[in-house]
Amino acid sequence: MAVAPVKPPGIAALETKDVCDERSNLRGHAKRPVYDGSRPLGGAPAWRVTRTAFLGDPVSVVLPDQRDGSVYAAVGHGHFGVKLHVSRNRGETFEPCGVPSYPPKPEGQPEDRCPMRNIPIPWNVELIWGLETGGNDEPGVLWCGTLPGGLFRSRDRGATWELNRCLWDDPRRKAWFGGGMDYAGIHSICVDPRDSRHVTVGVSCGGVWVTKNAGESWECQADGMWAAYMPPEQKGEPHIQDPHRLVQCPGRPEVLWVQHHNGVFRSADGSRSWHEIKTVQPSTFGFAVAVHPRNPDMAWFVPAISDEKRIPVDGKVVVARTRDGGTSFDVLRDGLPQEHAYDLTFRHALDVDESGDRLAFGSTSGSLWVSENQGDRWQTVMEHLPPVYCVRFA
Amino acid sequence: MVTVSFTKNIQRHVACPTRAVTGRTVREALNSVFAGNERARGYVLDDQGGLRKHMVVFINGEPVKDRVTLADTIPDEAEVYVMQALSGG
Repeated sequence: MAVAPVKPPGIAALETKDVCDERSNLRGHAKRPVYDGSRPLGGAPAWRVTRTAFLGDPVSVVLPDQRDGSVYAAVGHGHFGVKLHVSRNRGETFEPCGVPSYPPKPEGQPEDRCPMRNIPIPWNVELIWGLETGGNDEPGVLWCGTLPGGLFRSRDRGATWELNRCLWDDPRRKAWFGGGMDYAGIHSICVDPRDSRHVTVGVSCGGVWVTKNAGESWECQADGMWAAYMPPEQKGEPHIQDPHRLVQCPGRPEVLWVQHHNGVFRSADGSRSWHEIKTVQPSTFGFAVAVHPRNPDMAWFVPAISDEKRIPVDGKVVVARTRDGGTSFDVLRDGLPQEHAYDLTFRHALDVDESGDRLAFGSTSGSLWVSENQGDRWQTVMEHLPPVYCVRFA
Repeated sequence: MVTVSFTKNIQRHVACPTRAVTGRTVREALNSVFAGNERARGYVLDDQGGLRKHMVVFINGEPVKDRVTLADTIPDEAEVYVMQALSGG
């Protein structure tokens, strides 16, 4: 498994088929390493760090590409800007690759300004916040979401990138604004396994956007979501919603789950409509969500108290799991700290592997936990990592 | 000729040895340097070619005024330093 914490750095990768990466917090002038953890084949699971990379540098996203074995790592240097690196030998070594960048701003074009705070929106990549592969039928294609809201695509394994002008130039983008960040950003990218041209992205704060023609046109599809942070008459506007994290069930792609700023939502019709799930315990606030690869009714969340108190309820780290599409939830706590634990799990720091049995999540307090049985029982892998931003299996 | 030197902090990511180059403005001097070291350009300048928000360029000890078009003029024989701009902490 591979782990990439945020402030101080990290990626961890396993010799087995599992890779989990964790990121920590994007905001500081962090530095982070890349850790490699592996566990022995057979016998009791014993995860450990076997390799590190980018020590002292802030890694914001890690992407294992199952199609060719590449591993991508986005680094956000505080002073020197955003960089992207790739490993072609499963994390042994990394080399720089192309970095998404905005084309020259057209002469005389009026400055975009944040509708909330009236600050200018830069034409610069401030952060790589989402990185996903294209479909299995389009080798070399990568999608990249950024702050301040540009979506980029590479057709050559990250060597060069092109801004999706259709979405960037859409006048509805002007309504987007930052949530916890200064500007809006694209953090979730779901490529439909049935049709690689069908891509769904999550934007904080900008709703859920869907293209069915590989980015030639986009529709905002967040009907049913509501925003507690807007005046009542605007709370249902689709393009100001704050989906903290959007995931799609690979085996049933018409089902998507969203951990939203003020609740949990599920769509069973390819995001045309969203239904609020109010039964999550102990709280509906959080950042991360993971969905079972084949069972669209099974999903996991890592709740915190609320937006103004981003710590676990009662100081107990728990995972909320539904197995019936959100009708009911199990609160899973076996093996997780249950006393004075103030860990927060960020949006990319929870992952489930292809089996649907193994999960991993990391926290801002530098802990990493793994479950081999859908969350029934957790084991602590690490307790002293830097804040973890992202965890992924590979 | 002007001498362009870089903070040691950048050297960990991309080698930027001190160079003596020609250039009447900061833009021209940096372009001369980056012509032989294209990868370093992205560490100092942003997507639009402006100075990165947390970088600073000094000409004979004075920080440049134009961080967007880099049009500040450079006297002959000047010392130019490319540094990280510390903020907070």
